Amino acid sequence: MSTSQPKAAQPEASPQRTPLLEISGLTVRLAPGAAGGGAAKPVLDGIDLSLAPGEALGLVGESGSGKSMTVRAVTRLLPPGAELDGAIRFEGRDVAAMTPAELRGYRDSGVGMVFQDPRAHINPTRRIGAFLTEALIRNRGISRRTARGRAAAVLAEVGIDDPVRRLRQYPHELSGGMLQRVMIASVLLADPRLILADEPTTALDVTIQAEVVGILDRLRRERGLGMVFITHDLDLALAVCGRVAVMYAGRIVEIREAEALHQRAAHPYTLGLLGSRPSIDARAERLNAVPGRPLSAFEAGPGCAFADRCAHARTVCQATRPELEPFRGGLVRCHRVAEISMQEATA
Amino acid sequence: MGRLALSRLGGLVTTLLLSSLVIFGSLYLAPGSPEDVLFGSRTPSAATRAAVRRQLHLNQPLPVRYWDWLTGVLHGDLGRSMVTGQTVSSRVGDGLGVTLALVALSMLLVVLFGVGLGTAAALRPGPVDSAANTVTSVTVAVPPFVASTLLISGFAVHLGWFPASGIGTGALGELRGLVLPACALAVINCGFLARITRNALREQLAREHVQTALVRGLPRWAVLRDHVFRNAVPPIVTAVALLTSGMFASTLVVETAFAVPGIGMLTISSVAQKDFPVVQAVSLLLVAAFVICNAASDLIQALVDPRLRTAGRTA
Amino acid sequence: MTVTLDHPPATAPGRPATPGRLARARTALGGSGSAAALFLLAVLLVALAAPLLAPYNPDLQSLLDAYAGPSGAHLLGTDGLGRDLLSRLMFGARTSLLGPALVVSVALLVGIPLALAAAWFGGLVHALVARIFDLVYALPGLLLAVLAVALFGPGLVPAVAALSIAYVPFLARIVLAAARQQRVNPYVDALCVQGFGAVRIAVRHILRNIAPVVVGQAAIAFGYALLDLASLSYLGLAVQAPTADWGVMVSDSNALMGGYWLPILAPGLLIVLSVLSLTVVGARISGERPQPYLRRRSRTRPTGAAA
Repeated sequence: MSTSQPKAAQPEASPQRTPLLEISGLTVRLAPGAAGGGAAKPVLDGIDLSLAPGEALGLVGESGSGKSMTVRAVTRLLPPGAELDGAIRFEGRDVAAMTPAELRGYRDSGVGMVFQDPRAHINPTRRIGAFLTEALIRNRGISRRTARGRAAAVLAEVGIDDPVRRLRQYPHELSGGMLQRVMIASVLLADPRLILADEPTTALDVTIQAEVVGILDRLRRERGLGMVFITHDLDLALAVCGRVAVMYAGRIVEIREAEALHQRAAHPYTLGLLGSRPSIDARAERLNAVPGRPLSAFEAGPGCAFADRCAHARTVCQATRPELEPFRGGLVRCHRVAEISMQEATA
Repeated sequence: MGRLALSRLGGLVTTLLLSSLVIFGSLYLAPGSPEDVLFGSRTPSAATRAAVRRQLHLNQPLPVRYWDWLTGVLHGDLGRSMVTGQTVSSRVGDGLGVTLALVALSMLLVVLFGVGLGTAAALRPGPVDSAANTVTSVTVAVPPFVASTLLISGFAVHLGWFPASGIGTGALGELRGLVLPACALAVINCGFLARITRNALREQLAREHVQTALVRGLPRWAVLRDHVFRNAVPPIVTAVALLTSGMFASTLVVETAFAVPGIGMLTISSVAQKDFPVVQAVSLLLVAAFVICNAASDLIQALVDPRLRTAGRTA
Repeated sequence: MTVTLDHPPATAPGRPATPGRLARARTALGGSGSAAALFLLAVLLVALAAPLLAPYNPDLQSLLDAYAGPSGAHLLGTDGLGRDLLSRLMFGARTSLLGPALVVSVALLVGIPLALAAAWFGGLVHALVARIFDLVYALPGLLLAVLAVALFGPGLVPAVAALSIAYVPFLARIVLAAARQQRVNPYVDALCVQGFGAVRIAVRHILRNIAPVVVGQAAIAFGYALLDLASLSYLGLAVQAPTADWGVMVSDSNALMGGYWLPILAPGLLIVLSVLSLTVVGARISGERPQPYLRRRSRTRPTGAAA
């Protein structure tokens, strides 16, 4: 049953409540020929995640780490020909086994997705009002007038002025920040239990980012929604989420509570990410970067995916793949995590 | 938006005027004096020559002659045929109707088969798409005169289903007579339209806003209709307008091949008879049709994209 | 403070040396493109060597053998006047290719300088040239050719002249767009600063860079010109009977009505195949590649500190 919890160190998911979202052993392979010919290429390699209702989980990683693919798998929005192994359960129901009708219902009222580039994700030839109300009208049979009324109300909630006029405007008449608010509004209109936010602020100006994230956070808390927040910005994730999972090469390498990540991060990759953030206070001759480039799952060897870039790598790291193990209140995927932490502590 | 339409209209009128200038002026490019060209290979007496000179005001300065001609055309006076002596407009009148019917029938076929094939190719990638691609690759290389020959050879001579030349009497007979010519005109354009449709639809299918629609639980047919097809319509309609304009030029060949009495065949036979006033008049008509369709395609493109319509006001 | 650059990872040993030009051309053209190029080459060779290759004189009539089917004496049979079809097709290649070649050459000779000048000087020159192109482009080529024939009489010269004018905008607009893109590249400014003249930069550098696009579009234009001239010859307005020409041969109405399909189908098929090949090759050259140039990515491993 879905309530069996193999990972003991999941602080917020109490054994009695059904997790809102539970991902076990998720492996996704892209169709052969999709990424350069040959066999099917894995982009996700055994993802295990659990999200309680009302919880905010951050998913952090560089390009190619598989974070976007994870949430696409949750909504079953994978590219054609992609293969999926493992289980994704939403409120106990297996997403992969849903019939098309069930899938539409799940997508309509169970889960909502906020995309990265709002201008690309909203149809430029239709008005904002049509965009906001089409799902309500078609999926739930609500009348146009009622739907527009609700849409205007939600637009006001996300901080857009003169909502009724906005409904008649076209997307190109709104700025990027406003469009992202419209996108968030469209998700809220559907009243889902889970929000997936895929880098919602990456395409926006820095000054707008804080506002948009603030709106998302406030509304989530007000309505008690679960949220998976994807970003490559570690600081942002730590600020917004209760727990943060760090991904590398299609695997989760560390999961920890946000406050703990600052002080007690254990995986060398996480430490590298934390250490490479430029600080406005400290003077530095040179920026610390993690050497090399991030890998995708299909480029990883038999051992630890991070081994080639890790300063602490030994033979065992190249040879065998580490598993996610409890360490210091979180989960870490590293053979030498204990020794490394001791080194860091004494350094 | 009114401003946009007005500027496009202005461009259209300018192009028409300049084209008419070229057609009118071409008479003077030929060797010899204008009346030599008009008389063609006939050798009239001196008196006839003088009479014609006076009648056509050939002793007037050039701009005056152009103006006379132009105003005449706009009033429906297209001059007189040098061969038959009757007014050009009477010869053109019936022919114009036939040509318009032919082009309309042909475009109907083009849209039905072109959009149909393109849609099938876009929505069913894999073997259907490859097959469609091969078919369109070949059809875009089949010019109307080859298509005419094939169709006459197959359906008229061998099978006898349709007449090899001319159009019959009565509405049904006329329609029967127009089927093969319409197909001949349609072949090459079907290929083009199918490709354009396929590409436009594939481009829209790959757009991110389609993903948004899907992830909100909208049924596939609704997504196809409201997000994929709807956005793909502008380039398709633009292409239809452009193809129509090209089709008018192709009537020169197809009408002659099938002996269909439209303005295309009239042009060619007038050239053969060296009846220059007729050539001038029908050239002007064909060019006008060509130019108007091109301008329509421009206008549609501008109109349908709301980004151009509201001239980019941002909040 | 020194700045160090990460050098790109070294390629794995055993990677083959850069493939030769022929192999690169084959990859760029793709399977269909290579077949098309070979076909065109064959047609060109036949056209050039027709007097040597053709078994008969194409104008040699033999009314007793009219509309004979394929046989040992005549590989493809004969036409209505007993002339050998194969020989006429071979000689027909000459006229069918000559006309479009002239059209494209003249169009390029006129269009490229105009387009380069417009791209280089911009402003008023560009506006003027663009307007002229728009106007000429607005007139259908076929109609201009018909007008020319009406004025000067039928023949290849008036038809080619008119079509050349009509095709100038088709090619020049593409040259113009590509040249304008190149014009704003920093290397152009760098060359200017070094003191090179405008003409030299335009020809030696810009033109060379946009050459693939221009050559590709010229091939496509060749195909369309072939179609237009064949249509005109079919109408008896360009090349005329009794000259052997593919367009003229298709218009044999006696064969058509008599049900002899080979004398009219063979030239028609050659026309279609030629145009098809030209379009395919032209598209490939101007940059639509069927697959990435290097089929297999070299396997690279990132350098790292592995102790």
